[in-house]
Amino acid sequence: MDNVLEVKNLTLNFGGLQALDNVSLEINKGEIAALIGPNGAGKTTLFNCLTGIHKPAAGDIILHPPQGKSRRLNNFKINQITTLGIARTFQNIRLFGGMTVLENVMIGRHCRTGAGIAGAILRDKSTRHEENLIVNESYCILEKIGLNIYVNDLAKNLPYGAQRRLEIARALATDPFLLLLDEPAAGMNPQETKELEDLIYSLRDDHNLSILLIEHDMKLVMNLAQNIFVLDYGEEIARGTPQEICRNPAVIKAYLGVEASAEYN
Amino acid sequence: MNYFGELFFSGLTRGSIYALLALGYTMVYGILQLINFAHGEIYMIGAFTALIVASVLTVKGFSSIAILVLAAVVAVVYSAAYGYTVEKIAYKPLRQAPRLSPLISAIGMSIFLQNYIMLAQTSDFLPYPNLLPPIPLFNRFSNIIGPSELSIVLTSAILMILLTLFIKFTKTGKAMRATAQDKEMAMLVGVNVNRVISTTFIIGSALAAIGGILIASHTGRINFYIGFSAGIKAFTAAVLGGIGSIPGAMLGGLVLGLAESFATGYISSDYEDVFAFALLVLILIFKPSGLLGRANNQKV
Amino acid sequence: MKITAELKKSFYIALWFILLTFPIMVIRVNTIEQIVIWRWVNLLYVGIGSFVLSFLWQLFLKKKSRSVQTIGTKPSPLRRLLYEPKFNRPALVVIAIFTIIFPFIFSHYQVNIMTTALIYVMLGLGLNIEVGLAGLLDLGYVAFYAVGAYSYALLNYHFGLGFWTLLPVGAILAAFFGILIGLPVLRLRGDYLAIVTLGFAEIIRLILENWNTFSFGPSGISNIPRPGLFGIKLNSEQSAIYMYYLLVIFCLLAIFVVHRLKNSRIGRAWNALREDELACQAAGIDKTRTKLTAFALGATWAGMAGVLFAAKTTFINPASFTFLESAMILSIVVLGGMGSIIGVVIAALAIILLPEYLRVFSDYRMILFGAVLITMMIFRPQGIIADMRKKYESHKTSGSKIKGIDQNG
Repeated sequence: MDNVLEVKNLTLNFGGLQALDNVSLEINKGEIAALIGPNGAGKTTLFNCLTGIHKPAAGDIILHPPQGKSRRLNNFKINQITTLGIARTFQNIRLFGGMTVLENVMIGRHCRTGAGIAGAILRDKSTRHEENLIVNESYCILEKIGLNIYVNDLAKNLPYGAQRRLEIARALATDPFLLLLDEPAAGMNPQETKELEDLIYSLRDDHNLSILLIEHDMKLVMNLAQNIFVLDYGEEIARGTPQEICRNPAVIKAYLGVEASAEYN
Repeated sequence: MNYFGELFFSGLTRGSIYALLALGYTMVYGILQLINFAHGEIYMIGAFTALIVASVLTVKGFSSIAILVLAAVVAVVYSAAYGYTVEKIAYKPLRQAPRLSPLISAIGMSIFLQNYIMLAQTSDFLPYPNLLPPIPLFNRFSNIIGPSELSIVLTSAILMILLTLFIKFTKTGKAMRATAQDKEMAMLVGVNVNRVISTTFIIGSALAAIGGILIASHTGRINFYIGFSAGIKAFTAAVLGGIGSIPGAMLGGLVLGLAESFATGYISSDYEDVFAFALLVLILIFKPSGLLGRANNQKV
Repeated sequence: MKITAELKKSFYIALWFILLTFPIMVIRVNTIEQIVIWRWVNLLYVGIGSFVLSFLWQLFLKKKSRSVQTIGTKPSPLRRLLYEPKFNRPALVVIAIFTIIFPFIFSHYQVNIMTTALIYVMLGLGLNIEVGLAGLLDLGYVAFYAVGAYSYALLNYHFGLGFWTLLPVGAILAAFFGILIGLPVLRLRGDYLAIVTLGFAEIIRLILENWNTFSFGPSGISNIPRPGLFGIKLNSEQSAIYMYYLLVIFCLLAIFVVHRLKNSRIGRAWNALREDELACQAAGIDKTRTKLTAFALGATWAGMAGVLFAAKTTFINPASFTFLESAMILSIVVLGGMGSIIGVVIAALAIILLPEYLRVFSDYRMILFGAVLITMMIFRPQGIIADMRKKYESHKTSGSKIKGIDQNG
């Protein structure tokens, strides 16, 4: 079995609205997959189900960690899922604005460290060691993402593109094996988007990550993804390689019928 | 049966006052998502203003009906003005601030107004004249419901009907509902949100003033602190009914009034306030959406 | 040109306030003797006062909206005094000497007041963990203070246990109450949490007031013993001095502990929770557990302060634990600056000592607290001394190794 994540017949209702209807997908190990679809198709909702924010009404979310046994994630709490190895970023950037850039990343290390109250007060040797380790690891991540010039700046003062990257850095700090990126290129200029593309490749290769991303920038999606899933009105209308998706009549209809063809550019 | 009836009507009386006050909380919360902590103080100021006007007019030798009308009108106008001013000072500059900032500011306003009345008037309890006109009753009922209780229930019922009609049918009422649904959208379609918010405070404060006069006439005494517990109880009523919902506030007020009345009547009168606070805690923990409220999903 | 517009606006606002406050400020009624007193001169005060205040208000609002763009280029003199070793070392020495010799240069009465102020320093620091660091607005903090005070008074009364035994007991009981109340309420949204904690505190106070067989009702408990000092008998003046030093020690301990917590893995998690709950959970932090820790640790300090308060005054009753007390402690945190330790210490001393030494303030104490809460929220939500983030420095020479350095107090 090569999947890291398997979603089977996932269904979720908000009141009368069918937000997700029998959605299934699989993410292979080491793969970059993309989730696309018009606005309101249920992409972020699916992410929210995967990360425990919404509880699905029916269906299964099954995680196959590289080490350890498979688990059904349906009833796990948000932080437990993160601890199991799924990390995510948010479409509407949710950083800890009043904290420094480094601290934002250090928060990501929280679930991999264990100093308690006594350690905090007494600041014994092992706590100091752990604290130094957190700082160093976080700094390394910032270097990798290219944010090390901002270490001590407040997150809310960063330029927009850097904030998006900081979200990725924070997610990376939780040591995931599956990374969910919610519109990572939104609001970026072409230069930044290109850098992001390289970054995502290097994340997959250097950290052995599997990546699922929601993105509206089709050029980026076509360049990055090996596998694409298309949602429309909460239903999966197509899946396949970029070439297959381009030619899929259902996809073209969904996009042209709902939104301007500008989405393709 | 008589005892039960007595408790029932006393609960109904309290309940109508709570409902009048709860309307103010619920309308403001519906639009601003703010617990207007100073609302109880507006009610207290309404009662005080009516007392001052009534005392002056009594000394000047006005007739009792003229006193009632003038005192009520002045109190309503002044409370509305206070409500309006409070919003402009303590909440309006904080529209974009983090959620807890306006709440802290509201607590500050509540403390400020209490002490303003205490310093400008008195810290003692003042006897409060019964301003309400006696409503003639059949003998059969007069031993379980007093005339002032009846006028409280009737006045509140009329006000609530008027408010419901106002919200349903007038242009301002529609604007209020639109703003409560979605502030930005309302602004886009041309609703003057600032004016709607001011109107909400004015209406809520006017209702609170009438509640203040009714209850102070009924209990016969007043001091600067009566707004605090009345305010929290009314907030409880608003939450009980489902905060943001106007029929909910009315229902919540009545349920709370009755529950309190029966609990003090059949269990113990020492713990009168504990029942209300305990109810508040229990609802917020177990059913924060209240009886008639809708649960809203957090947008992610 | 512009200033006249502002003056004109202030004039109208003053007029509005004269009308608004007319019945309350001018007429005073005595309904018992049917006397009406007219105090026309008050109109003048209101008019002038509101004119000046509204002018200042507009000025500050304008300044605030302008200062957003030009923030933080140069540290203010106060900040330099606080954070630059060149300045703060000598200042610390002076403060330390003053603290030590204080009881010998001031009267018994003043030592007592200072001791009270130090109790509020503890309370402020404790509440600062909940409100300032973790962003949990607790309007019932006084409940934990009451738990501490009553556990000392009652356990001493019934079982004759001493101060030093009961100090940790009071702290633990308060923490236990923190967890007990925290478990159900911590999943609530911020404003609901505030109201529920207020409700809980009022319930506890009302129980203390009404359950006579348990708590001796409104008349309270008197003759609570002062703490012993290795069995030496102290007269009241000596024991006041002893209490003072005890409080100094406990305040230092509180400062130390809160400082350490703040710059730890847990403190960071609290801050993150305050900033964004959902993102915090998505970053792998257990929300409930982290909030509970903050609640329990905050309550612990209130519990200890309660024991110390009971030992200092030797008399307690439910009237010391009203909502206004909670509001006062909250004012300390808000004024000092949420999360800022030194700010809270200064604010606690100011709020308790100013009304004592400036008699004018004492009547207007509560009304000023109210005004402080409003104006701070509007003009300076970060408090008089804003919390500073810890800075980390990278040592480029040894690769990417960096170390934390402390910059804040």
